[in-house]
Amino acid sequence: MRLESFTITENPLSPSPALHDLFMQFLLIGAISFGGGIIAYERILLVDKKKWLTPDQFMAYLAISQTMPGLNSVNLAVLLGDHLRGVKGAICATLGLILPGSLFVLGIGILYADNSDHPLANLLLAGIAAAATGLLAAITYRIGDGQWGHIKSLLLIIGTFLLMSIVKLSLPWVLLIMAPIALYLYRPTKSV
Amino acid sequence: MSILIQLALSFALLSILAVGGGTAVLPEMQTLLAQRFGIDHTQFVHIYSFGQLAPGPNMLMVLVIGYQIAGFLGAGAVLLAFFLPSSILCFYIGRLWNRFGESPWRRSIQNALEPISIGLMGSGVYAVGKASVVNPITLALALLTLYLILRTKINPVFIILGSGGLGTLLLAYFH
Repeated sequence: MRLESFTITENPLSPSPALHDLFMQFLLIGAISFGGGIIAYERILLVDKKKWLTPDQFMAYLAISQTMPGLNSVNLAVLLGDHLRGVKGAICATLGLILPGSLFVLGIGILYADNSDHPLANLLLAGIAAAATGLLAAITYRIGDGQWGHIKSLLLIIGTFLLMSIVKLSLPWVLLIMAPIALYLYRPTKSV
Repeated sequence: MSILIQLALSFALLSILAVGGGTAVLPEMQTLLAQRFGIDHTQFVHIYSFGQLAPGPNMLMVLVIGYQIAGFLGAGAVLLAFFLPSSILCFYIGRLWNRFGESPWRRSIQNALEPISIGLMGSGVYAVGKASVVNPITLALALLTLYLILRTKINPVFIILGSGGLGTLLLAYFH
């Protein structure tokens, strides 16, 4: 999943949507994105439908949100909200995005806390958890698409996995060891 | 009170370490929750799968972890701790970004972080897999899901619910 380098340019339309409108769009994204694909919804609604951003602006912000720690979709909401309406926009966008899902998981969580020793619930959850593992494996495979064939990235992927899962170092240590190696391997070169 | 502070500190740290997305911190979160907060691996996988069923970001499941440990206050503490630090960081870096936007290091950093975050996601698969793939039936369901997600366009929510239903029948019959 390599993105070209986009720069944030001025949108000729430079719209400034109302805060409640911004909140409602992100609330909609947060409510309909069952099964993933939030970033795709953000693009369809904000770029294609509302035309609040140009595709290039969107891709530039996406690249930042993927480089920064934290959830990509939430980071993107922060950046797009800030771009459109400043600090208040960032807050409205983020709250809208996470509100529906938060209520949904809390609802399940309360049911779970009350029924977690129910035998039938345990069978159901065993099947659901197995599928969640399969889904995570599929997502990992897809995100890694294009990386598996490169020896440099493959070594970094395997090294990270071994330190984390087999050597069982804690995450800060894994990052302290792997990040400098990765940065060295991918340092800017003049020949490219 | 002290459990809330411990929870908040743990999730704030995870928030900042979530390189390449929330999934990268799954193995660390699983270990931490088992060691410090008494959430065993099976519970963790159950809660993780709720996130996959919900709309919005999958990692909203951290709310259930907070709720499980310290009720609604716990859920609130975890929500703030997990989302606020990384969002504030992203907000300020986003505003600075254009200044060093043209540096070749920007691309290098992104390229370097990508394989690390995939490696961490692989560890996440391993961590949740060890807790959820516990017999031939769950193994078959996990592999079937993997196949269906990669080869079809069925919404993952339906596949997960279907696996839950099928799993209930098979496990009730064979165990």
